Amino acid sequence: MSETRTRDRALKGGGLLALIVILIAFPKVFTNPAITNYGVFAMIYVTVVCAWHLFSGNTGYISLGQAVFYGSGAYAMGIAARDWHVTGTAVFALLPLCAAVGAALAVPLGLVALRVRRHTFIVITIAFFFIFQLMAYNLNGFTGGSSGLDSPFLTWPESGYNTPFYYIALACAAGTVAIAWLIRRSRFGLQLRAIRDDEDRARGLGVRAMRVKLSAFVISGAITATIGAVWFYYINQVEPNTGFNPLFDLTIVLMAFLGGYGSIAGAVLGALIIEPLTLWLNTQPQLGGGSLNEILLGVIFLIVVLFLPRGIIPTGGEWITKIRTRGRPAVVPATTMGTPAAAGSGTATSVGSGGAR
Amino acid sequence: MTVLLRTDGIKKAYGGVQALDGATVSVEEGTVAGLIGPNGSGKTTLFNVITGYERPDEGQVYFGDKAITNYAPDKVFAAGIGRTFQLTRIFPRLTVIENMLIAAQAKDRPRGLTSWFSKDAWTHHRKHAMDLLEFVGIERHAHVLSGSLSYGQRKLLELAYVLVADPQVILLDEPAGGVNPTLINHIADRIRELNSQGKTFLIVEHNMEFVMGLCTTITVLESGAVAASGAPDIIRTDKRVLDAYLGADLEEDANDQPEQ
Repeated sequence: MSETRTRDRALKGGGLLALIVILIAFPKVFTNPAITNYGVFAMIYVTVVCAWHLFSGNTGYISLGQAVFYGSGAYAMGIAARDWHVTGTAVFALLPLCAAVGAALAVPLGLVALRVRRHTFIVITIAFFFIFQLMAYNLNGFTGGSSGLDSPFLTWPESGYNTPFYYIALACAAGTVAIAWLIRRSRFGLQLRAIRDDEDRARGLGVRAMRVKLSAFVISGAITATIGAVWFYYINQVEPNTGFNPLFDLTIVLMAFLGGYGSIAGAVLGALIIEPLTLWLNTQPQLGGGSLNEILLGVIFLIVVLFLPRGIIPTGGEWITKIRTRGRPAVVPATTMGTPAAAGSGTATSVGSGGAR
Repeated sequence: MTVLLRTDGIKKAYGGVQALDGATVSVEEGTVAGLIGPNGSGKTTLFNVITGYERPDEGQVYFGDKAITNYAPDKVFAAGIGRTFQLTRIFPRLTVIENMLIAAQAKDRPRGLTSWFSKDAWTHHRKHAMDLLEFVGIERHAHVLSGSLSYGQRKLLELAYVLVADPQVILLDEPAGGVNPTLINHIADRIRELNSQGKTFLIVEHNMEFVMGLCTTITVLESGAVAASGAPDIIRTDKRVLDAYLGADLEEDANDQPEQ
């Protein structure tokens, strides 16, 4: 038993190390800007989905308003750079400010939205999203209105332009995964997951639910705003409908569900699959260009709901166990398929059916 | 004997239904107190008021000398009052040991940001948690997802995780409901043993044998107010109690489903 555990650990450690080496080497091997562009966006989305997971994956509160933070981070950087005349690489020094803006927004939004649960919470996050998009359109002097903001000019050479952005996004992604992992194994993470399973019961066991939820929401918002700012500087502009993009939120949720709702590896995997795929489809004019990827997202969503309701990581794990044991009863940790006697609310089965809803 | 937990004239109405109508109940330190009454007499509502899940329209809740009326549930728990629910509520997607550790943090809350992210801050609770799982007899399931436990095991887990934080008073809502006779005896034994270690209990239960055998004092609620209170022998023979509870509603109670 302990031998296999050590071997599993060694395998996991080796895999992680290999992944890190591959990710660091990626822009050195593929120098074509068209390819490194995929890398930058993939890392941006790994960060975003992990940040979403940190709050929504752990607490079960599905946020469809992450674009509020993403767009606000982008606008914060654009406005600060414009008004304070920051240019060049010095603009990156504004990233902590963007994180602070995300965190500062998350506090009042969280205090309102986190008073309600489930569907109502989702609806309120969507409402926040539209409020922010409308503000971006209408606060002309501040946000540049419908034409948006341009980022300060970077004098980096065309050929290697993507590489620094790739490493910045990679650092954000790695940092976010690390934070998510630390939270997962901490008492804070346990409290979040207790809230997911039964919030009222958790309160009765001394969990200060609002404070705990809000903390996760703030951390998630700060990270999302930071990476939103990086994205803004990378693509050189932000407009109300790109910074505050409804598809952004749906894409995040889809990525998380495809990879495996509630798991960090699932969040990373979902982002790594979907983002490059949609980018690639965008560059295929014979396939209908931009509109096709939206249809594709819908199709993937259907497939997830029908065949992978729990996502690739949990379902794939089960398949591997099945193949390894060839149908023999294995010594597997009990699955979440509890007894049907399970009392009341979102218990055992919600893992399966609740996943993609 | 000092009174440890006391409700004073609690009133609570839901729309036109007066669930509690001046309920005054006191629990002395070190006793096992029983709370009985027909369905809809307000037993669970009283539990909810005491533990902060419901706000009373009127009246006060005292824990020792301190008024804890309208405390939030987490504050009530931190003050030293733990409870279980009529329909057991565990955290199905957490392992049994993780269920235990949730409550552990209320006992000695860590300070500082780093403790939030540190794993070690609560590993020392693990031993205590394992001991308690052994105490109720489900220690070999410690690393299984609690959603896969049977109903009886869930009842035991719920009792165990309330104990982790070492509350002074434990409110049990139908601990014997829906479990087999062997397990009922097991649960009664555990309660007796905890009581001998100084824990105070307030128990809502329909199983008369269980209540009469375990409780030192019994309070009878009827229509949200106390109809009678005293030692089991007195309650057993009290005319009003027989009328209000043991008589007319006995048959109905035997068949009923849990509320909520």
